[in-house]
Amino acid sequence: MNFDDTPQEAAFRDTARKWIEANAPKELHAELSKSSLGRIRLAKHDIVDVGKAWQKKKFEGNWACLHWPREYGGRGASPIERVIWQQEEGVYGKLTQPFQIGEGMCGPTVMAFGSEDAKRRYLPKLASGEEIWCQLFSEPSAGSDVAGLRTRAEKKGDNWIVNGQKIWTSGAHYSDYGLLIARTDPNVPKHKGLTMFFLDMKSPGVEVRPIKQANGMQEFNEVYFTDVVIPDSQRLGAVGEGWSVSLTTLMNERMSIGARLATGVPEMFEFCFNLMLEDGLAIDDPAVRSKLASWAAKSSGLKYTSMRAISALSKGERPGPENSIGKLVSGMMLQDIATYAMDLQGAAGVLTGTDEETVQGQFQQMLLSSPSMRIAGGTDEILRNIIAERVLGLPGDIRVDKDVPYNKIPTKGR
Amino acid sequence: MNFDFSDDQKQLRDQARKFLAEKCSPKAVRVVLDGKAPYDKELWKGLAEMGFLGVAIPEDFGGAGAGHLELCVIAEEMGRANAPVPFSSTVYLAAEALLIAGSDAQKKKWLPTIAAGEAIGTLALFEGKGNPSPKNVKLTAANGVLNGVKKPVADGAIADFAVVAARTGSSGRENDISLFLVDLKAGGVEIKSLTNLDPTRGQAELTFKDCKAEPLGAAGDGWSILTQVLDRAAVLCAFEQVGGSDRALEMGRDYALDRIAFGRQIGSFQAVKHMLADMYVSATLARSNSYYGAWALSTNAAELPEAAAAARISATQAFQHCAKNNIQVHGGMGFTWEFDCHMYYRRANAMALGLGSLSYWEDQLIDRMRKKNAA
Repeated sequence: MNFDDTPQEAAFRDTARKWIEANAPKELHAELSKSSLGRIRLAKHDIVDVGKAWQKKKFEGNWACLHWPREYGGRGASPIERVIWQQEEGVYGKLTQPFQIGEGMCGPTVMAFGSEDAKRRYLPKLASGEEIWCQLFSEPSAGSDVAGLRTRAEKKGDNWIVNGQKIWTSGAHYSDYGLLIARTDPNVPKHKGLTMFFLDMKSPGVEVRPIKQANGMQEFNEVYFTDVVIPDSQRLGAVGEGWSVSLTTLMNERMSIGARLATGVPEMFEFCFNLMLEDGLAIDDPAVRSKLASWAAKSSGLKYTSMRAISALSKGERPGPENSIGKLVSGMMLQDIATYAMDLQGAAGVLTGTDEETVQGQFQQMLLSSPSMRIAGGTDEILRNIIAERVLGLPGDIRVDKDVPYNKIPTKGR
Repeated sequence: MNFDFSDDQKQLRDQARKFLAEKCSPKAVRVVLDGKAPYDKELWKGLAEMGFLGVAIPEDFGGAGAGHLELCVIAEEMGRANAPVPFSSTVYLAAEALLIAGSDAQKKKWLPTIAAGEAIGTLALFEGKGNPSPKNVKLTAANGVLNGVKKPVADGAIADFAVVAARTGSSGRENDISLFLVDLKAGGVEIKSLTNLDPTRGQAELTFKDCKAEPLGAAGDGWSILTQVLDRAAVLCAFEQVGGSDRALEMGRDYALDRIAFGRQIGSFQAVKHMLADMYVSATLARSNSYYGAWALSTNAAELPEAAAAARISATQAFQHCAKNNIQVHGGMGFTWEFDCHMYYRRANAMALGLGSLSYWEDQLIDRMRKKNAA
C-alpha cells in the first residue's frame, strides 16, 4: 500500500508539471485559488475568454481532452494519466469549466455514435475550445424522470423539426452546439420513443433565456425550440434509440473520478480557527469540535475513497462503485455546514453583505446555493436509488408507466 | 498509486473469512452470548494455528512477521464474524504495547505465548467513568507494587497478563504516568467479572493490592506509549468495525430481498432502499478512512495520529449506523433474541466505547488537525 507513482506515472507527471509551469496563466493563479465552491470570480476577465485561451494552449501542446484518441484532438492518454493531469493542472483546471460538459458528455457521445465525418469535423474543435457544447436533456416536466421529456422532433424529408423547451442548460448562452434528446414517437412507451441529435445553437428558432435561480444568480438557462430544423445527418444513434444513447452520455458524467467536490470543510475550519465566541475561539468549543470532527472524517473518507478509485485506474482496473457516494455526501455536508456556520454567528448570521467581518457572506451564499448541489446531476434520492439498485442489488422501482404509450401517461396529479 | 491491499493480503483476507465462516458461525458466537463459556477456546486455538494471532509479531518473537496490513485484513474478518475471543485486547493492545515499549526479555516472555494462543493479554487503563486521560489514572505504583482499581478491563477475567497504567508522579503532567506489566496469575489481583452490553466480550474489574509489577518502558513514558498503543488499536478496531458494518449491511440487504410485505419485496420500497444506501455510504467512508489508517500504521507515518482518529470516528459511526438500521430493516424480527441483529448492535455500541468514546476521538482529531495546521 502506497501513494507513490509508478515510474511511468512519475515521468508523465513530470512532463505535465513542466509544461504547466511553462505555459499556465500565472497571473490568474491568485484569483483562481480564492474561487471556492465552484464559483469563479475573476475581476478583469470573462471566464469564457480566459478559458478558451487556456484550452487552446493545451490543445496546441497536446494536453486537451487527453483521454480522447489523437485523431480527434486528444492525447490517447490512459485514465490514470488523465487523473494525474487534473492533479497537476490544479487551480487552472477551474478554467476548463465552460468545456467540461463538452469534454465529459457531448464529445464521448459524438465519438460513440457520430459518423466519421462528424467526429473529424466537431471533436477537434471541441477539444481546442474553439467551439463550446452544451447538453439539452432536462425539461420542466422531466427532471429525475428524464425519459418523460416532451420536446418533439418530427421528420420532414431529410430534416427533423423540433418544438419544445429544455431547462437547466449550463452554458447555453455561449455554446455553439448542443446535444439534444427529443421525442420522435409519442405512441410508444416513453423510453422507446426518444432520439438523440446535435444541433447548431445559432439555428433559427432557438431561444436561450437565463434562469434567475433561488440564490439570486443566473448560471443556467432555459432553451426554447420553435420549428428548429435539424438535418438527419445530425442524428446520433438510431431513431427510437435515444434513451440508450443518453445512458452513454450519463455514464461518462459519472466517470469523472478524481474531481474534488466542494464540501465546505476547509472553509469551516478556517472560520472556526478565527471566530471568537463568548467563551473563546470556536475551535475550542466542545460542541463545535464534535461537529467539525465528524465533517472532517467524512471529508477525508471521500478523499480516500477517491484515492481507492485512482489506484484501481493505476492498476488498469475498473474502479468499484464506491465513487458513487461523492456527490451525495458532499451536497448534504455543504448545506449542513452552511447552516451551522451561520448558527455560530448568532443573529448577525442573517447578514449577507460581503463586508461582514471575516467571513464575507460566504456561508450565507453557500446556504443559498447548496440546494442545487443536492439536485443537479442526480438528486440525493436518485443517487440513493442508484446505490441501492446497482451496488446493493435491490429491486428497481415498480414503474406504472413502463408499458404505457407515452401519450397515455397522466400529466397532472390532480 | 497503489492505495489498496496487495493480492497476497487479499488472499489472506479470503482465507480468514473462510476459516471464520467455518469456525465462528453465529451459533458458535451464541455459546458465549448465552454465558455458556467466557470465550471461544477452540476458535482461539484455531486462530493461533492459522498464525493469525502473531501475524504482526516478528519471527524472532514467535510470530509470522508479516505486518500490520496483514493484521488489518484479519481484523476486518474478526469484526465481520463477531468473533467471541479476546483478539483486540491481546493483539491490538497488549502485544502492541510490548512491541512499542517492551524490553527484549519481556517480548521474549510474552509475544511467543501470544502467537501460540497460550497467553491472553489486555490493557488495564480505565478507572470507572471517563475517557483516556492522565487525570483519570489514580492507581498508584510505588516500590514495585500497584494499588488501585481498574474497570472496565476488556477480557480482564480471562487474561493471563495485563499492561497497567499507573500513577508514578503528581506533577499534573503526562509524565506522571508509567506502564507496568502484571502477571495476573501470580496473585495480588482480585478479579471480578462485570455484566456488560456485549456478553460475547467480557469486561472485568481488577483490584490491585500490593500487586507485584514490572515496569514496561521508561518511568514517566506511560502516557506517550499509551497514546501510540491507542492510535494503533484505533486503526485495527476500525477494521473490525468496517467488517461488522459490512456484515450488518449485508444482513439488512438480504432480509430486504427475502421479506415480502404489501405484496412485494420490502427492498423495493424507497424508504428501505434509501436506508440501506445510507448504510453503504457510511460503510464506504469508514473503509476508506481505515485504509488510510492502515497505510499510516504500516509505514509508521507522521500522519498516524490524525489518520487513526479519523478512522476511529468514521468506523464507529458506520458500525453503529449499520447495526441500528439493520434492526430497523428487519422490523419486529430484528428485535428478537433469535435473530442475530442484536449481536452486531451490541458489538457496535460496545466497540464505540472501548478505546474511549466517540466524543473523545472527535476531540483528538481536532487537536491533531490543529497541531498540523500550526506546524
